[in-house]
Amino acid sequence: MGMQITVNGRALSVAADEETPLLYVLRNEAGCKGVRYGCGLGQCGSCTVIIDGKPVQSCDVPVSAVAGKSITTVEGIGSMDEPHPLQRAFVDEQAAQCGYCATGIIMSAKALLDVNASPSDAEIKAALSKNLCRCGTHQRILRAVKRAAIEMRK
Amino acid sequence: MAIENTVRRNLPGSLETNRNLSQWLDINTDGTVTMRPGKIEIGQGILTALRQIVAEELDVNLERINIVTAVTALSPNEGVTSGSRSIEESGVAFRYAAAEARELLLARAGAKLGVSIEQLSVSDGVITSRSGGSVSYWDITDGDLLKREATGDAKPKSHMLYRIVGTAAPRVDIPRKVSGAPVYVHDMDVPGLLHARVSRPPSYKAELVSVDMDDVRKMPGVVAVVRDGRFLGVIAEREEQAIRAQRRLTRNAKWKEGPTLPEFDPRYLLKLQAKTDVISEKKGAASSGREFSGEYTRQFLAHASLAPSCAVAKFEGGKFTVWTHSQGIYPLRAEMAPALGVPAEDIVIHHVEGAGCYGHNAADDVALDAALLARGALGRTVRLQWMRDEEFAWEPYSSAMVVKTRATLSDAGQITDWQMDVWSHGHSSRPGRGPGSNLLAAWHLEKPLVRAQTANPPLPGGGSHRNAIPIYDFPNEKVSNHLIPDPPLRASALRGLGSQTNVFAIESFMDELALAAGVDPIAFRLRHLKDPRGRAVIEKVAAMAKWKPNSRGDGANGRGIGFARYKNGAGYMAMIVDIVLAETIRVTHVWAAVDVGQIINSDGLLNQVEGGIIQAVSFALKEEVKYDRERVTLKSWDDYPILSFDEVPEVEVALINRPELPPLGAGEGTQGPISAAVANAVFNAAGIRLHDIPFTRERLITAMA
Repeated sequence: MGMQITVNGRALSVAADEETPLLYVLRNEAGCKGVRYGCGLGQCGSCTVIIDGKPVQSCDVPVSAVAGKSITTVEGIGSMDEPHPLQRAFVDEQAAQCGYCATGIIMSAKALLDVNASPSDAEIKAALSKNLCRCGTHQRILRAVKRAAIEMRK
Repeated sequence: MAIENTVRRNLPGSLETNRNLSQWLDINTDGTVTMRPGKIEIGQGILTALRQIVAEELDVNLERINIVTAVTALSPNEGVTSGSRSIEESGVAFRYAAAEARELLLARAGAKLGVSIEQLSVSDGVITSRSGGSVSYWDITDGDLLKREATGDAKPKSHMLYRIVGTAAPRVDIPRKVSGAPVYVHDMDVPGLLHARVSRPPSYKAELVSVDMDDVRKMPGVVAVVRDGRFLGVIAEREEQAIRAQRRLTRNAKWKEGPTLPEFDPRYLLKLQAKTDVISEKKGAASSGREFSGEYTRQFLAHASLAPSCAVAKFEGGKFTVWTHSQGIYPLRAEMAPALGVPAEDIVIHHVEGAGCYGHNAADDVALDAALLARGALGRTVRLQWMRDEEFAWEPYSSAMVVKTRATLSDAGQITDWQMDVWSHGHSSRPGRGPGSNLLAAWHLEKPLVRAQTANPPLPGGGSHRNAIPIYDFPNEKVSNHLIPDPPLRASALRGLGSQTNVFAIESFMDELALAAGVDPIAFRLRHLKDPRGRAVIEKVAAMAKWKPNSRGDGANGRGIGFARYKNGAGYMAMIVDIVLAETIRVTHVWAAVDVGQIINSDGLLNQVEGGIIQAVSFALKEEVKYDRERVTLKSWDDYPILSFDEVPEVEVALINRPELPPLGAGEGTQGPISAAVANAVFNAAGIRLHDIPFTRERLITAMA
């Protein structure tokens, strides 16, 4: 009997062995391709998911460390047809160039907005300090997070 | 002699080399339009802009237009998506192809309705006659409509009638991307997919002494361990198993290395044999006055894409199918064929998006790697993703450069003589730029292919000499390019090519000369610049930033300007930056004025320019490829820091639209002006002149000493 985790509300029996980084379980077993590999070193934030309300870089956590826990990925917060306010705000602000960093950033931002409905600019920047964007879309991303915060307060 | 029949007409943009209308467009009976660009999306929004152009010329709504992403054998061959040329090449081709398609449809409609085409107007594909009666594109189209060579005679719409081009049409790809949908080649998955990794040598010229592969073959999930010369790879059932097997294989390999890399200073270039070309020489009135000189350098720079490169490949029945994020699928196919020992026709390459690449990264290399490994996978599909350290250590970088300047300044404060010398390796080693191969694995095979030397795209765009010829008007001028084709580190195209360093040198030196002349830097530039569009962006940015002539910084705060016309033929960009000098340099604000002729998508343009500016600040302040005498020593983001969220400046961009003029590329013109503006702002703040990029804390301390 392997480990059990819950991904976006659905139970998953993990086939990978316990040392496997959570990232590969989410991508290849749970089919959550929005959780992206960028460095495998916990440095870029592309693979950020939410566990126990906190943003976690899933490339840097063995799946055994989250056994029994509930994990939320970007696929769990909204979809193309029913986007989360953050996803809608990223579209409204056109806050992407290549977009590879966007899903990890959205999850870091969600973890912030879940505990702080009216973050200051400095608080948003601090919350995103572990996320890298190489295309230079930072300014639009910051605007999108602020827009989403306003929408979510309504 | 019937000369008329043998003369090939010149056609606009990429129509010249892909001459049939049906290569570009289908008008479908189901009320849709299919377009097939040969250019590819790299996060620059090009597919959205091309769709706007087609919708505009055809008079159909954007939603009707489907885009088929590039695939060999089906899409037009538009070479490489690079150089900010996609609007000029693909955009112009689509504009003329769609205009001609519209004319053909109007001719059919006129015949059907029994009226002349002057009587007809089009709204979302419905053609209506002034005398009544209407028919739609979808009713009168058929498979034969566009099966003909383009004439180039159909006149595109006047810009006065535009309703789609120039607007901020939202990007077609963003909703899917932010939803987490599997949009990148990295996300491809099929039943039975295998995962592969490559085990690279520790340095460029390392020789493989021995490797224990049996040990790795016994590991859980391992399907195959492949060795071809010093190309080593593993294939496994699961991704984590492939990664573990790759780590073991790397540990099991013994290599012989030596010191093959130069000193960690771009000035090593000055000691190497170079091929020298005088690329500009003007001799006017004799010059006299005070003489000045300068020397500017930049280290090797990495693309550092957020996602390491990835490809998926399948080998079945002697034929390869490859999915990759290459910027040029046709040149890649031609380059892969000799490395795989098959004719190019036996390889099909599909473009699938990757992360932003900003130039030639490992997107081509990984395609060959995946194909080589797929040969050992018994017909199963193989996904190969490079690891972070592998991407940092093996991608081709932008060449280090050295620029020396000399000028004579007359007593009247006028530059009367300008000389500039540029030392660099070539700025392109893309596939198809041989002789020799430009694919990494090809050099490592048992029967290796010769490594191609680097080259430069020719002027006027140029490579290492891009923007080396000043746009200012000097009576005497000599610019020489010293090219060293064989680089000690891999080198190829990165956003802006040589323009970053050349504009950094020119615009820094202009400020130094303005100071010597006792003239405000902006007034000094305008004094030497006739080009009205150049003057307009400088004046615009000065107004935006409320530039005060001759104002000096206070030791900590400073302000500087940089200006260029990208490639001396593309977009005009003038930028002013504010900096704060403390332990390090912090760029707090950037103003930019931009003229790229006719604007296709105003928000796409803003996004490109804003992003280019922030990336250029990162280039200028932080980025350099570190190496010792044996190895490139980049392994992680710790070794190659980039600008973070709490370090980005506020950016304000003003667009000067010139709808009556041709559209010009925009994506790369920001890199040069920013580097110079930052250096000029540091001088303005504290009187410290920075000559060496990046402007790290160490270099700041050196410059202060």
